[in-house]
Amino acid sequence: MKYLRAFALFWWNFIVGDDWRVAVGLAAALGLTWLLESHDVDAWWLLPVAVALLLAGSVRRESRTGG
Amino acid sequence: MSSDVLLFVTTFAASAVEAVEALTIVLAVGVVRGWRSTLIGVGAAGVVLAAIVAALGPALRLIPIDTLRFVVGALLLAFGLQWLRKAVLRASGYKPLHDEGAAFARERKEAASASPAGSTARIDWYSFTVAFKGVLLEGLEVTFIVITFGSTQGRLGLAAAAAASAVVLVVAVGIVVRGPLERVPENRLKFAVGLLLTSFGVFWGGEGAGVEWPSGDVAILGIVAFLGVVSIALTRVLRRRRRPLTAAEARA
Repeated sequence: MKYLRAFALFWWNFIVGDDWRVAVGLAAALGLTWLLESHDVDAWWLLPVAVALLLAGSVRRESRTGG
Repeated sequence: MSSDVLLFVTTFAASAVEAVEALTIVLAVGVVRGWRSTLIGVGAAGVVLAAIVAALGPALRLIPIDTLRFVVGALLLAFGLQWLRKAVLRASGYKPLHDEGAAFARERKEAASASPAGSTARIDWYSFTVAFKGVLLEGLEVTFIVITFGSTQGRLGLAAAAAASAVVLVVAVGIVVRGPLERVPENRLKFAVGLLLTSFGVFWGGEGAGVEWPSGDVAILGIVAFLGVVSIALTRVLRRRRRPLTAAEARA
């Protein structure tokens, strides 16, 4: 049980880390890209823009609360 | 060709960062508690890592490449963006710089204050466990980096060679200096590696989701440039707005 918890914690830190909103935002952006592409809409621009916005939002939140 | 070079550089740099972290832990524990149990811990972690690689390698061939790229891209994106986020916060002064010297001193102090090492014939479980955990966790991250980069590009050998070169180089430097690896500019390296991991994550995650990138593989360079400009701009804006860290925050 202890090792299972440590294993789950490792993956949680690996994927989610300090800001769960970023992980949720990335999942949404990937899902939306897949949805648009599967309907033949060119969506190559979506992920880079989403990543830039998620990064900006996350560091802005951290600078207000932690800095 | 350019994507091979980028793959080698990214895997090398990311593996070097993880190796520096593992080596800092091993050196601190080895110097204070003795080398025997520490090196047994390192060896045991190496065996477990080899078993994981042997188990994961054949399984990867059974997964369709687009599914693999999607999963790997998503994981890489989540992992890389965490590095990039922390690097921007460190570079702008909102997080204290990661100091391998301080990490070495902290590990050394903790090792010294743990229960006595015991007789030379017995295993010192403190040294064994700390070295084992440090090498296994950082090694798992190197393994993940090698498998993701190697399998999605179909260049597992190149990625493994890059990681092995990085580990050998870091260990060689560690043996020479026998102390904290302060000379390795870890924070700048993490900024660059975070940028590269995030960019590859965008590229593969997008491909896995069905995107056809304009100009094919060359698009990676465009993504690196775009996210690089965004990260540097964010660092500058945050730096201008920053108030100085308090003494407690700087020590954290």
